[in-house]
Amino acid sequence: MRSQIFSGALLRRASGSVLCCPRVPGFQQSARLASSISQRPGSSHVSFPGAVKSAFTSDLKFVVPSDYPALPTYRAVDQHGNIVDNSFKPDLGEEEVVKLYRDMLTISIMDPVMFDAQRQGRISFYMVSAGEEAISVGSASALDPRDVVFCQYREQGLFAQRGFTLKDFMNQLFANKHDPGKGRNMPVHYGSKELNIHTISSPLATQIPQASGAAYALKMQHINDPSVPPRVVAVYFGEGAASEGDFHAALNIAATRSCPVIFICRNNGYSISTPTLEQYRGDGIASRGIGYGIDTVRVDGNDLWAVREVTKKAREMALQDGGKPVLIEAMSYRVSHHSTSDDSFAYRARMEVEDWKRRDNPIARLRKYMEAKGFWDESKEKEARESIKRDVLKAFSEAEREKKPPIRTMFEDVYEELTPDLKAQMEQLKHHLEKYPDEYDLAEYEGGINSLKP
Amino acid sequence: MKNSISFRPLARASTPIINNILYKSRFSAACFSRRRNYSTHPPNARLNLPPDYSTTPLLSHSSQTALANPELPPEARNSTAKRMNLFQAINDALSIALAEDENVLVFGEDVSFGGVFRCTMKLAENFGAARVFNTPLTEQGIMGFGIGLAAEGMRPVAEIQFADYVYPAFDQLVNEAAKYRYREGNTGRSVGGLTVRMPCGGVGHGALYHSQSPESLFTHIPGLRVIMPRSPLQAKGLLLSAIRSNDPCVFMEPKILYRAAVEQVPTSPYTLPLSKAEILKEGKDVTIISYGQPLYTCSAAIQKAEEDLGVSIELIDLRTVYPWDKECVFKSVRKTGRCMVVHESMVNAGIGAEVAAAIQEDPDTFIRLEAPVSRVAGWSIFTPLMFEKFNIPDVARVYDGVKKLLEY
Repeated sequence: MRSQIFSGALLRRASGSVLCCPRVPGFQQSARLASSISQRPGSSHVSFPGAVKSAFTSDLKFVVPSDYPALPTYRAVDQHGNIVDNSFKPDLGEEEVVKLYRDMLTISIMDPVMFDAQRQGRISFYMVSAGEEAISVGSASALDPRDVVFCQYREQGLFAQRGFTLKDFMNQLFANKHDPGKGRNMPVHYGSKELNIHTISSPLATQIPQASGAAYALKMQHINDPSVPPRVVAVYFGEGAASEGDFHAALNIAATRSCPVIFICRNNGYSISTPTLEQYRGDGIASRGIGYGIDTVRVDGNDLWAVREVTKKAREMALQDGGKPVLIEAMSYRVSHHSTSDDSFAYRARMEVEDWKRRDNPIARLRKYMEAKGFWDESKEKEARESIKRDVLKAFSEAEREKKPPIRTMFEDVYEELTPDLKAQMEQLKHHLEKYPDEYDLAEYEGGINSLKP
Repeated sequence: MKNSISFRPLARASTPIINNILYKSRFSAACFSRRRNYSTHPPNARLNLPPDYSTTPLLSHSSQTALANPELPPEARNSTAKRMNLFQAINDALSIALAEDENVLVFGEDVSFGGVFRCTMKLAENFGAARVFNTPLTEQGIMGFGIGLAAEGMRPVAEIQFADYVYPAFDQLVNEAAKYRYREGNTGRSVGGLTVRMPCGGVGHGALYHSQSPESLFTHIPGLRVIMPRSPLQAKGLLLSAIRSNDPCVFMEPKILYRAAVEQVPTSPYTLPLSKAEILKEGKDVTIISYGQPLYTCSAAIQKAEEDLGVSIELIDLRTVYPWDKECVFKSVRKTGRCMVVHESMVNAGIGAEVAAAIQEDPDTFIRLEAPVSRVAGWSIFTPLMFEKFNIPDVARVYDGVKKLLEY
């Protein structure tokens, strides 16, 4: 009870912290660690607690961002499938590379089918990820299956790489009784317990600070029980979402709490119709990482190998010294429309899109690499495309035929248990449906009205 | 009305922290020395006297009363009790939670050194900086971080320094915490382990941003449990329930009671039921429903009204304002036929609106009503520094409300 502590500063925010946090990973006990560094006469460095390594200068100069070159973009393999980083050694055998390729192909074949299905009114909504398949598949391949993942919504490739089947995709898209989300979420809001991927939610960037917290949880769980292997959290978001306050909160808190989290930004040039020129004026997202004290890299998102390499390295770094965050900015181009509710030719030239498709796309690049290695050719390509398309259509029609989840599902899981209020409301709905049977179609719901029995 | 509490000998008499916070921060000593005494009341006041926490029937002044509480488990009833104020009871509950479950973590702005209201004193020392720690100054970050921890199986207890500053975290609470279990469905994930603590309510001189009670904003959100204790004994039991609950809980602590409310509190761990109201006093003519600090105002008004008007009044503490205990309230109103809801926060779409609507909507209760359901609450304004005493429901307003109910 030392109220004299309050000697100054506490109409909250009226004061800066008096703590000097040394940059050591792990934990500092921050009982009154008031910075005791006093300014010595003639000292060449500032001893203000807020910036302890800053040298004095008598030269008045503002830091001008444009004086600095843009952060470079790492590439392992060029557009033609040739290795350009001589120190890079591909670490996957033929079979594994083919599997990653097929994952990308699967998504790129499922996407247009489902896009059209939405156009025909068979599902309510869809989002494709054309041009970004290597980011999600490449990074996912470098994670441990036990690592925890938070997504934004354009990471179908990650789900596929981790083992989400076409059946799983379709059950969610059609919101049938096998959908883990129990038909409550919009299409594309996938989630999986087995694959350690949290269910996607629409609000942008909310998952980023959550990932920091989840990473802190994994860190604590490993400390509490060393038999639990050390794990990381990977979190995906677009460059538009990085403008949200939650991005700022997340990176800052991950740095100050030393959380083993990998922030993966998909910078695809657009947020719906907004080009990056209207999104930020700094050097992309990567340049911000430095300001938070976070190790950062920018990578060519069309190069699966490069994405895989940086993620592998980032995972090692994130687990070093008891844990720390890493930021990856993966550059790409959003070849497709933003979603089925968007016609992107309203704000960008068709030509630009065609150019990107032709000039550089992640699937063609890996295919060239495989062909150069001699384990892929035209006939394999044809066979793969045909069989995947068959599987997509089969899963599609099976999922479409399934019943929808029981109506009572709408009341469940709001709380752990149904509250008396919710039970009463379920009862009210049941009476209402009985009273007006011609006004509602209950046939497609598993169990019909009977599921509403208390 | 409030500062008189600092002159009463408490466990450790000292100027209330809130005074330090609000007075010492940016004002010169000159300003400080000419401090206005906000606690004076008019010389002829009969009703609007400052609440006398040392005699109020709402607090257990002896360990016997505390241990006789029928809601306590046998092991708590057979333990001892200790005098604690509200912040000490909160601190005790947090200590117990940290000791009994390694997944419990406590964090927020300035919690390491004990918190600006002393609620987290010694916790960092006793449980380590990995489990009790400061965060950067970002409410949306604190909330998102807490949700992530809870989603991975931890039991985070996050602190928002003042309820007035919870709004940056509103998106995380409404769109994320509340909906997590629902949208995850069969994966079984939820953020049930999350508890969010925040000091709330008037404090005599908190003005616009140190006085708010935003509880009704949270009661409009299915998925959250919203709790406000009235006393140290209640706070300890309800906070332990909130931390152990598998639903995300918003736990609001009336900051005026941190030092003012002192009572005997059982020393062993115990929980009190969530979503259960408590009848603090039986009566047959009028029901008054309230929660948090205004219960003391209601209790004082009831004493005067019963003396003056020869009626008997029932007093109910909601404790959990959502999901709330409708049955207890309905039963009481069916008996008395007259009821009033009292709360500090503004009247429009407040807890009173929900309670009153539910009462008139229930057929068996509606037909028993002898008078319209009344609401005595803050006006539809903000908390203005120099006018707080005219805004927060006081004894005179509650007393007059009872009169009007009886005269209808």
